[in-house]
Amino acid sequence: MTESVSDRAAGGFRIAVIGSGPSGFYVTEALLRSGTPLAVDMFERLPVPYGLVRFGVAPDHPKLKLVTAAFDRIATTPGFRFIGGVAVGRDVSIDELRETYDAVVLATGADVSRSLDVPGEDLPGSHHAGDFVAWYNGHPDYRDCHFDLGCEAATVIGHGNVALDVARILAKTADELRRTDIAAHALEVLAESRIREIHVVGRGRPPQAKFSAKELRDFLDLETCDTTIDSRDVVPDDFVPDNPLDPELAEKLALLGTLSQQTLTKPRRCSFRFGLSPVAIKGRSRMEAIVFEQQKSKAIEELDCGLCFRSIGRQTIPLAGVPYDNLRGVHANIEGRVADGSSVIAGLYVCGWSKRGPSGTIGTNRGCGMATAEAVLADLPARRGRRSGDPDALLARLRQRVARIVSYRDWVAIDAAEKRRGAPLGKPREKFVSVADMLAATDA
Amino acid sequence: MAYVVTDNCRGCRYTECVTVCPVECFHVDEKMTYIDPENCIDCGGCVPVCPVGAIEPDYRLAADKKFWIDVNRKRAAETPILAARLPPLPGADARRQELGR
Repeated sequence: MTESVSDRAAGGFRIAVIGSGPSGFYVTEALLRSGTPLAVDMFERLPVPYGLVRFGVAPDHPKLKLVTAAFDRIATTPGFRFIGGVAVGRDVSIDELRETYDAVVLATGADVSRSLDVPGEDLPGSHHAGDFVAWYNGHPDYRDCHFDLGCEAATVIGHGNVALDVARILAKTADELRRTDIAAHALEVLAESRIREIHVVGRGRPPQAKFSAKELRDFLDLETCDTTIDSRDVVPDDFVPDNPLDPELAEKLALLGTLSQQTLTKPRRCSFRFGLSPVAIKGRSRMEAIVFEQQKSKAIEELDCGLCFRSIGRQTIPLAGVPYDNLRGVHANIEGRVADGSSVIAGLYVCGWSKRGPSGTIGTNRGCGMATAEAVLADLPARRGRRSGDPDALLARLRQRVARIVSYRDWVAIDAAEKRRGAPLGKPREKFVSVADMLAATDA
Repeated sequence: MAYVVTDNCRGCRYTECVTVCPVECFHVDEKMTYIDPENCIDCGGCVPVCPVGAIEPDYRLAADKKFWIDVNRKRAAETPILAARLPPLPGADARRQELGR
């Protein structure tokens, strides 16, 4: 324990934050800046922090990853402690945490991909987009996933930003990705890709597409891939915004309009399709085609492809001892206070995607974390003296239960080692993709 | 690129942008907020939360608004970081209605 933790913790409140992604860091920031004497222990299942900033943000979007500097600043605030390599639900239960801390804040994100619920969904070749993203970003749980890019056509189902990330990574050449922090195993497979045609298919019309104009702009200047709109799916009115005061929508539709007029000259093609609902995935030993229903005409259309990525949303993994909202796919809560029906569970809170579902940008979670911190701070006086356990005694018990507890200082060593590995390759870092390798770097 | 605060902020200064900025790159004076282009990470989170649509990516600015890029750069260097929301300026709601928002 660092001196600052003991100083801040002396007589102050002790708070556990579960998860080290953006919302975990931002709720921590708001708590530590509040002026209330308190200390925060941040629990993370992996030895490395940052959640989806490390394992979700695409490798070719390095500027967004600069947000980690803000997380590192929060981590240096007196009263902060990182407890990495400890999985809540496996190594420590919610009940044990609630006995030990004055407040427990869940910031566990939305780690499960939603299902399409169509026949054939689980045929080989049909994947969750989220699994592919975690794989190319070097998540240790996904490094052994296998994606066969030996076919000519792939389809991404969904019109959100994750769908566009997946399509763009498939559309880029290995050279376009080589100097990013993409995992080495993914770069190797992508370099051998035979995919020539990528379909990005959604149910809605162009104005309903959820992806942002900024993500769409990335498709304008791909080295070997033209992007196009299938003219069968659209009418000119689709590109006219109904709200002239929304420049984001106007830009997105103008870009789609431009793409619909593209001349095609490059060897690869990415085509955006609209108004199509998937009804089945077909194939014998592996997937060979997707069957869609056209929303307007109800006509059936088959798209031949050997690979499919379903990108239709994510939900939070339920935790034992925490009521779950099945409808919204989050920990059941009333404005950040975990609740069983209408009755609030004292001392248990939630923020970020596990509070409100997977939406918004990284910064949306800052406002969300601040709101949850306000609820925590309002309730803290009434929590005084309620806990029976001691965080440092818990930490001592945890050291018996897990092989290695990772501190923020350990993470700094892992971070430096990854950067050293990346430097000779011209990459910002070469990520360690196994927990064992991460832990080995802490001893270096 | 970076995002840029433009004229609609003047006289309103709602500062909703400050809450959602993940990197605290908003600066402020008595009139409006400014984005530090060196620290903005282009997440775009501030755009939809601005009640008066004052924030735009630099490339999307109309020709007669491009000068705001330099104003933001210059004023961000001269003014303090705003770490938390402020109350809107007096008359902000009236101005917002005037802007048709």
